Amino acid sequence: MTKSFLIDTSRCTACRGCQIACKEWKDFPAVHTLQTGTHQNPPDLGPYNYKLIRFKEYKINNRVEWLFFPEQCRHCDEPGCKAGADAIMEGAIIKDKDTGAVLYTELTKQFTPQQAEDVRSMCPYNVPRWSKEKGELTKCDMCFDRITNGAVPACVKTCCTGCMNFGEREAMIKLGNERLEKIRKTYPKATLLDPDEVSVIFLVTEDRKLYHEFAERRTPAPLPGMGRQEFLASLTRPFKAMFG
Amino acid sequence: MTQHWIDIKNSNAVLIMGSNAAENHPISFKWVLRAKDQGATVIHVDPKFSRTSARCNFHVPLRSGTDIAFLGGMLRYILEKNLIQREYVAEYTNAGFILGKDYEFKDGLFSGYDPVKRVYDRKKWDFARDENGTPKRDKTLKDPRCVFQVMKKHYARYTLDMVSQVTGVSKANLLKVYDAFGATGKPDKAGTMMYALGWTQHTVGVQNIRLAAIIQLLLGNIGVAGGGVNALRGEPNVQGSTDHAVLWDILPGYLAPPLATQVTLEDYNKVLTPKSADPMSVNWWQNFPKYSVSLFKGWFGEAATPENGYGYDWTPKVEPGEQYSNMFMFDRMYKHQMRGAFFLGHNPAQSMPNTHKIRKALANLDWMVVGEVDHTETTDFWRGPDVDPAKVKTEVFLLPCSHRGEKGGTTTNSGRWQMWHHKGFEPAGTSKSMGQIEVELFHAVRDLYAKEGGAFPEPILKLDMDREYDPEKVAMKVNGWFTRDCTVNGKEFKKGDQVPNFTFLTADGSTTSLCWLYSGSYPEVGKNLTKRRDHTQTEMQAKLGLFPNFSWAWPVNRRIIYNRASVDVNGKPFNPALPVVLYEGDNKWVGDVVDGAGPPMAQPGGKYPFIMHTEGHAQIFGPGRVDGPLPEHYEPAETPLTVNPFSKQMNNPAIRWIESDMDQLAKHGDPRFPIVLTTYGVTEHWLSGTDSRNTKIILEAEPQLYLEMSHELAKEKGIANGDVVEIESIRGKVQAVAMVTIRVVPFKVMGKTVHLVGMPFAFGWTTPGVGDSTNRLTPTVGDPNTYIPEYKASLVNVRKAPKITELER
Repeated sequence: MTKSFLIDTSRCTACRGCQIACKEWKDFPAVHTLQTGTHQNPPDLGPYNYKLIRFKEYKINNRVEWLFFPEQCRHCDEPGCKAGADAIMEGAIIKDKDTGAVLYTELTKQFTPQQAEDVRSMCPYNVPRWSKEKGELTKCDMCFDRITNGAVPACVKTCCTGCMNFGEREAMIKLGNERLEKIRKTYPKATLLDPDEVSVIFLVTEDRKLYHEFAERRTPAPLPGMGRQEFLASLTRPFKAMFG
Repeated sequence: MTQHWIDIKNSNAVLIMGSNAAENHPISFKWVLRAKDQGATVIHVDPKFSRTSARCNFHVPLRSGTDIAFLGGMLRYILEKNLIQREYVAEYTNAGFILGKDYEFKDGLFSGYDPVKRVYDRKKWDFARDENGTPKRDKTLKDPRCVFQVMKKHYARYTLDMVSQVTGVSKANLLKVYDAFGATGKPDKAGTMMYALGWTQHTVGVQNIRLAAIIQLLLGNIGVAGGGVNALRGEPNVQGSTDHAVLWDILPGYLAPPLATQVTLEDYNKVLTPKSADPMSVNWWQNFPKYSVSLFKGWFGEAATPENGYGYDWTPKVEPGEQYSNMFMFDRMYKHQMRGAFFLGHNPAQSMPNTHKIRKALANLDWMVVGEVDHTETTDFWRGPDVDPAKVKTEVFLLPCSHRGEKGGTTTNSGRWQMWHHKGFEPAGTSKSMGQIEVELFHAVRDLYAKEGGAFPEPILKLDMDREYDPEKVAMKVNGWFTRDCTVNGKEFKKGDQVPNFTFLTADGSTTSLCWLYSGSYPEVGKNLTKRRDHTQTEMQAKLGLFPNFSWAWPVNRRIIYNRASVDVNGKPFNPALPVVLYEGDNKWVGDVVDGAGPPMAQPGGKYPFIMHTEGHAQIFGPGRVDGPLPEHYEPAETPLTVNPFSKQMNNPAIRWIESDMDQLAKHGDPRFPIVLTTYGVTEHWLSGTDSRNTKIILEAEPQLYLEMSHELAKEKGIANGDVVEIESIRGKVQAVAMVTIRVVPFKVMGKTVHLVGMPFAFGWTTPGVGDSTNRLTPTVGDPNTYIPEYKASLVNVRKAPKITELER
C-alpha cells in the first residue's frame, strides 16, 4: 500500500508553517525576496522551495474568497517527469514501490540543462525546478528520510488545522471523500483534484482554475493535435537513439 | 481566558473580534475549525479581511475604533428580542442591584466627573445599600434604578441606524452577527468571544472588553463549556508575565501596588480587604492579607518580621494618582527627568508609539542597559537613521541573552496552563538567561551597598535572593513553602514543606508565595505539576476536552473559571450535554475543579457563583474602572469625524493626555490626514520582528513592510499594486509597499466615505532594506485604565513615494 497526502484547502489558514518546515527539515538557505504586493513569497517554487503557499483573491457571489494553495509535487502514479527521464537515463528518476514517492536520484545531475528542461516540461503541474547552483533537478521527495523512519513529512507534522494529512493511500482517499461530502454543502463546486492519478490529493472549494495556472492538470503537448502517449513516444525515440 | 484553547471546540458560535486569530494565534484555528465542523457559526468582525476571515462563515468589516458602538447595538438587540438567559442574569449578575442616588449618565459623561483633573469620583457610582452594607436588589429586574433598567436606557441610543452610520457596517451585516451570536442566549447553547490586541489597543480598550463581558453575561455564556471572554495571549508569555506583574500597577497575583499614603502593612491590607455581610458571598478577596504577607515574606525571607510589616516597609510605594506606565516613563526620559534605563527583551525604539520621540528620548539618557538576543533598533539606536553617533552621549551596555530554547522554565498559555519547557541547547557564546543576568546584576549592586552603604539600603540588603538563578527553585518559591513548623486548616506542616495550595497561605509569616494564584503548582518537594503530560481524564471531562492531568492551570488546576455559573441555582447544568461541574451532594462536585467550596446557591449553605466579587455577582454594572461603570462609545483620539453622534464627548473623558512638542495629534476630521490607519502583527513575524527578521527563512516569506489598501483608494491616489508609497501622519512618514486588495474596503460613515489602511509593525532599519518602524506614525495616547497605546486607530495620508529611501527595490 503506497502513501498519499490529502491537502484540504478548506482548512488552510496560509500560516505557511509547512512552507517553512520544509525548508527547515531540508536545511535549505533563505532566498532573497522582495514584497511585490502579495503575501505569496517567494513568488514561485524553486530549488530551495519545494513547498509554497499560493495566494489568490476573488470576489465570488459578493463574498471575498481568498484561496490558499499549498503547492508541492503530486507524486503522480505515472509521473510525466519519470517518463521523460527514462527516455534519457533509466534510473535518474524513480518511483518508490513501497511509498509511491517520486524520487530524483544523483543521476539527474548528469542531465544537460536542456535535458532537464525537457524533463521538467513533462510535469503536468509544472513542479520541478532546475538548480543552477547544484546542477540538478529538484522537487519535493515526500520527506523520504522521514517517512521511511516512521515519521510524517515535515509539512504535515507542522500543520495544526488538519489541512495537511498523510497516510495510507486508502485512508487518505476515504478521508478526502468524507471531507468532500461535508464541504459540498457549503461549497457545491468542491472537488478532489485528480485523486486517481496522484499521491498528493488536493481538496479545493472553487473551480481549480482559480487557484493557479497549473492547479489544472496540463497535458504536455507542444505539438498541436498530438496525444499524450504519442507525444511521449515522440520524445522517447530521439532520446533512445541518442543514448543508444 | 476564562476558558482554555481546547474549549473553543465546544462553542455554538465563535465571535472573533479584535483579533486576527488564524494569523497571530495559528493553533487556535485547530479548535475553531473543530467547532465549525460541529456546526458552529464562526464570525470575524475586523477592519480588514484576513486569513482569519478566509476560514470563517462570514467576515464583517468594521471601522477601526468603533467596537463599542457595534457591541452596544448587539446589546440593545439582545434586550429588544429578549434573547437573554433570564435566570442566569437575575440570579448570577448584578442586573437586579439598585443604584445609589448619585449615579447619573448625561450626554457622554457619568456623574462625578472632574473636568480639570479628568478623573471620575467613583463613589458616585455605588449601589443603594441596606443597613449591613449589602446592595439592595430587585430580582424581577423591574425597578427603574436597577442595573438592568439603567443599562437598557443607556443602550437605547444604540439603534441599528445609529450603529451602522458610526461603524460603517451595513444593517444587514449587523443583523447577521447579532442574530447568530444572540442565539447562544438559550441555556444549552454557548458562544465564545476571542479577542486580542484589536480590542485592547484603543483609548477605550478596557471598555471594549467590559462590553463583551456584559453581553456574555446577558447570554449566560460565562462559566459554561464553549463560552467565555477569551483573551488570546501571546507566545511572549503575556499571560505569565501579567500574572507575575511585569507591570507597575499590580504586584504578583493582581494585588494592588502599595501607595505612599499606605504607610504600614495594616493600612495597605485594610484598604484592600473587602468585607461582605452576606453569608452567601464567598468574597474571596477577604483572603488578601494572606497573599500579600506571603508575597513580602517570600521576597524578604528571614529578615521579614512583624516589626517591618514582613518587609512591606521596604517595598516600593507609588504616589497616588501618578502614572508610571511606559508612555509616561518615556515622556519623562524625553524631558530629561531620567538618567538611566534597563531594557530586557524590549525594543521600544521600534514598538512604542511615536517612535521618533522614543529614539530622541533614548539619546537623553546617560546610560542604557539592554538585554537582547539580537541587535535591535533599541540596542543600536545611536547609529540609527539620521543619528550622528558622535553626538549621542548615552553609554550603551549590551548584555547578550540566551534564546528561549537555551533555557528551562515555565510559560503560561492563554488558558492559564503553566507548562514547563526544557532547555534544548546550551546558551550560545557568553550569553546567559535573563534570570541569571538579573541575579548577577542584583548581587553586584548589593555587594556595593554592603561595602559602601547608601540611602535606604534595607530593600537591597535584605532581599532573599540566591546567587545563582535556578528556575526549578524559583518555581518552588512561587508556589510557596512553610517558614516554620505550624498547623494550618487542621493540618500539620514542617518548616520547608511546600504549601499544598493558596488555601493554606497565612498572614502571620509562616508561609511564602511569590504569586498566590500559582500556589498549588508545586505542592510537594519533587512534585512539579507543570511538567505533567498525562492525557487521562474521566468520561465527563473527555466530553469537554478538559485534560486535568496535563500541565497545571491556575487557580488550583481549574480549567474553566466561574464554572459554578454553568449550573442553575439547584446545581443542574444549563447544558446537560456538556456539563462542566456536577453536584453530587454532600458538598462534593465532579468534573472541573469547582469555584470555591460549598453547595449550589439554592441549597443550605449555598454560595453565589462569582466568588471573586465582594457581592458574589458578576458585574454588568462595573464601578471599578476609571472611565465609567457602563461602556460608552467615544471616538479614537484621532478620528475622521468632527462630531461624536452619541454624545458631546468626542474622546474618552478620562484620557490623560501626554503633552510635549513631539506629541501632536491630528485634529478631529483633519483634512490633511483623512485616512484611518490600523496596525497589526502578522503570522510570519514575532512582535517587533527582531527574532523573525534574523531568521532568514522567515524573512523570505514576509520580507518587507507593506500597506494594505482598497482598490478604490489606490485608484483615487494613482497607486498600483507593488508601488512604494509614503504614509504620513502628523508625527512622521513611513515608506511601505502597496498591497492593493479587495480585502480592504472603504466605509460609509455618517454619510461620507472613509478609507482605511493597515500595516504590520514588525519591520525595522537594523534589517537592511526591509523598511523602518510603522510606529513613527502612531500617537502616544492610551486607555486610561491600562495605558495600552492606541495602535489600532490613528489618522494618516498616503501617496506614491516621490523617492524610495527606506526599501530595497
